[in-house]
Amino acid sequence: MGLDRKDLLGIQDLSIDEIEEILTTAEHMEEILTRPIKKAPTLRGITVANLFFEPSTRTLNSFTLAEKRLSADSINLSAASSSVLKGETLLDTAKNIQAMEVDVMVVRHSMPGSPHFLAKRLKASVINAGDGCHEHPTQALLDIMTIKKNFPSFKDLKIAIIGDIKHSRVSRSLILGLKKMGAKITLCAPPTLLPLWLEPFGVEFEYSLEKTLPGKDILYILRIQKERQEESFLPSLREYIKNYSLTYEKLRKFASKEVLIMHPGPINRGIEIESRIADSEYSLVLNQVTSGVAVRMSILYLLTQRKLYGSKD
Amino acid sequence: MDLKIKNVHLFDPLNKIDEVGTLLIDKGKVIKGSESSARQEIDGKGLYLFPGFVDVHSHFREPGAEDAETIETGSKAAVKGGYTSVCVMPNTGPPIDNEGLVRFIKEKSEEVGLCRVFPIGTVTKGRKGKELSEMAHLYEAGCVAFSDDGDCVMNSSVMRNALEYSKLFNVPIIDHPEDVFLSNKGQMHEGSVSTELGFKGIPDISESTVVARDILLSKFTQGRIHLAHVSTADSVKLIKDWETDKVTSEVTPHHLLLSDDEIKDFDPNKKMKPPLRTRYDVEVMQKAVKDGLIEVVATDHAPHPDYKKELEFAEAAFGVTGLETSFAVLYTELVKKGKLTLGILIKALSSSPCNIFNLPLGEVKEGATADFTIVDLKGVWEVTTDVFASKAKNSPFLGRKLKGIVRYCIVDGRTIFKNGDFIS
Repeated sequence: MGLDRKDLLGIQDLSIDEIEEILTTAEHMEEILTRPIKKAPTLRGITVANLFFEPSTRTLNSFTLAEKRLSADSINLSAASSSVLKGETLLDTAKNIQAMEVDVMVVRHSMPGSPHFLAKRLKASVINAGDGCHEHPTQALLDIMTIKKNFPSFKDLKIAIIGDIKHSRVSRSLILGLKKMGAKITLCAPPTLLPLWLEPFGVEFEYSLEKTLPGKDILYILRIQKERQEESFLPSLREYIKNYSLTYEKLRKFASKEVLIMHPGPINRGIEIESRIADSEYSLVLNQVTSGVAVRMSILYLLTQRKLYGSKD
Repeated sequence: MDLKIKNVHLFDPLNKIDEVGTLLIDKGKVIKGSESSARQEIDGKGLYLFPGFVDVHSHFREPGAEDAETIETGSKAAVKGGYTSVCVMPNTGPPIDNEGLVRFIKEKSEEVGLCRVFPIGTVTKGRKGKELSEMAHLYEAGCVAFSDDGDCVMNSSVMRNALEYSKLFNVPIIDHPEDVFLSNKGQMHEGSVSTELGFKGIPDISESTVVARDILLSKFTQGRIHLAHVSTADSVKLIKDWETDKVTSEVTPHHLLLSDDEIKDFDPNKKMKPPLRTRYDVEVMQKAVKDGLIEVVATDHAPHPDYKKELEFAEAAFGVTGLETSFAVLYTELVKKGKLTLGILIKALSSSPCNIFNLPLGEVKEGATADFTIVDLKGVWEVTTDVFASKAKNSPFLGRKLKGIVRYCIVDGRTIFKNGDFIS
């Protein structure tokens, strides 16, 4: 068992077999989470540092819990308390943490490629917990796990991703992952929030939400950030809501009756999604969060097996 | 007679010289005469002698950022790469916007005593893009051109006035064509690769829209514009469509060879402005040099200390070094592979920049000033961090094996570089 790689940096360089292995292991991990005593000794003696240079609640807590469930020792370092503010470079910060004999670093950073930059220069395993608008591989894996539980196969599954695609690392990882699994993807956003260069991704796109909704198995809603208005990507939030907010009314009128709704969180109620839908039986939002802990346990386990028992070759 | 170089392959495409022979030099000039004994003799067997290379776009960082480069280390880097003349950009700290600083650079480079260093003055006071610099004072102190390089002169009215006023001296205004509102916070070329990597992009229109503006301003004012580091296919198309002797341009070795897909490894040494464009743009750049549309190859040598480069990509400074690799990488990747003739490359590195910047250099014929570069074209070397004479190591060509080793540099008839040693 184990992944024969030091780091987990993106969905881009994961094979389908590796994705399957992560998901299968995550299903075992999920079982631990249902026990009355939710802890296994698997990673006893392994030290994990969570380096979060960007605010995060959900992902940081999810990783921290995953580490605790597997009995790893963990430390958290956030930008606010770090020496980054004192002018230390990212690499120096990471090397200092590594010098404390840390085995795994979970890195969240606002700039694309930062975990890749560190991975190349560190002995410790690096897990990308979100790098700028580039990738968020653990989010995509937990989404894929959530979908897998609800559908027998990914082949020809029709998924629409709706919202700020351009600035979303979740969308990039999700597109890469779902394409690998065989799903069909449609992106829906106003033109200013959709990249001009979509061809290499092999996806369809549609500006109109009404035209996007029919026939889809899953609607994956992205969070819209309020700053986009100041950067003139949107004339106003009000106008975004008018055209792109998923309301109960639009859902009933245009979408299939069996459609399921996903969202990476945190949700802006009343902006990209109506409260009534977020809380409805259509919503998988909280299932995604549960899968998140299991997937992160799985990744921590699979990456450290190489360290504990050597690489496959 | 001061110097005799024998058995050397003399190569000067401007004067159609391409033969093995002997060159005699006295009092800094090429002379005709008998092959009598000289005070110094160089046996150039197996070597090529070119007009000394002239870089019209380098950053020597002095004054202000001496941890990146100094006039001394920059001159060494230049000479090692075969450059006998370098025009240095004025985006120093403080910027070169007064004659005192121009004199400082000239005195300092004379003290160093290696290549010739020609200062470029700013277009506007403090490089702020608002009021014109005292161009006449700068010109008389020795500036060969004016530029706010690093920043574009965004105000078109200021640019118009600069183009008109500089007609007094017949020197070009060098513009760094970049609409900062379009490139705003961008990290790399905007395209499929930036989309995949999640970087904010620098679209090619941030360059080509300003190229169009500059060409039209030049046409309107009849002032001379030199477009720095052209990188996009649309810029080339505009230059072609409006072909006029008032508009000249340059391209860097990295824009002639590297494209944005190289950034997939997040290597900060591939980060510069303008950014590496697409494979298609690279091909268009190569063809533009081949066709003579872009007359000059300039390095945009932009040294940075490791603590400004060895960072996550978005934090790393823009810019790469180029003086030491320029000729060898272009010779290896373009000339040896049949994409460019040696003649066109040598012109783009010597006589063309001299012509545009009014420098009485860049030829090998009788009576010419004796600035030469002697190269072993068969010599192979590897670009590693410990071969550089520059203080900086931020080269995008690290790890490459290149053909072409500079053996000698001669400036004004004096040997200043010989088999790796600097002689000042």
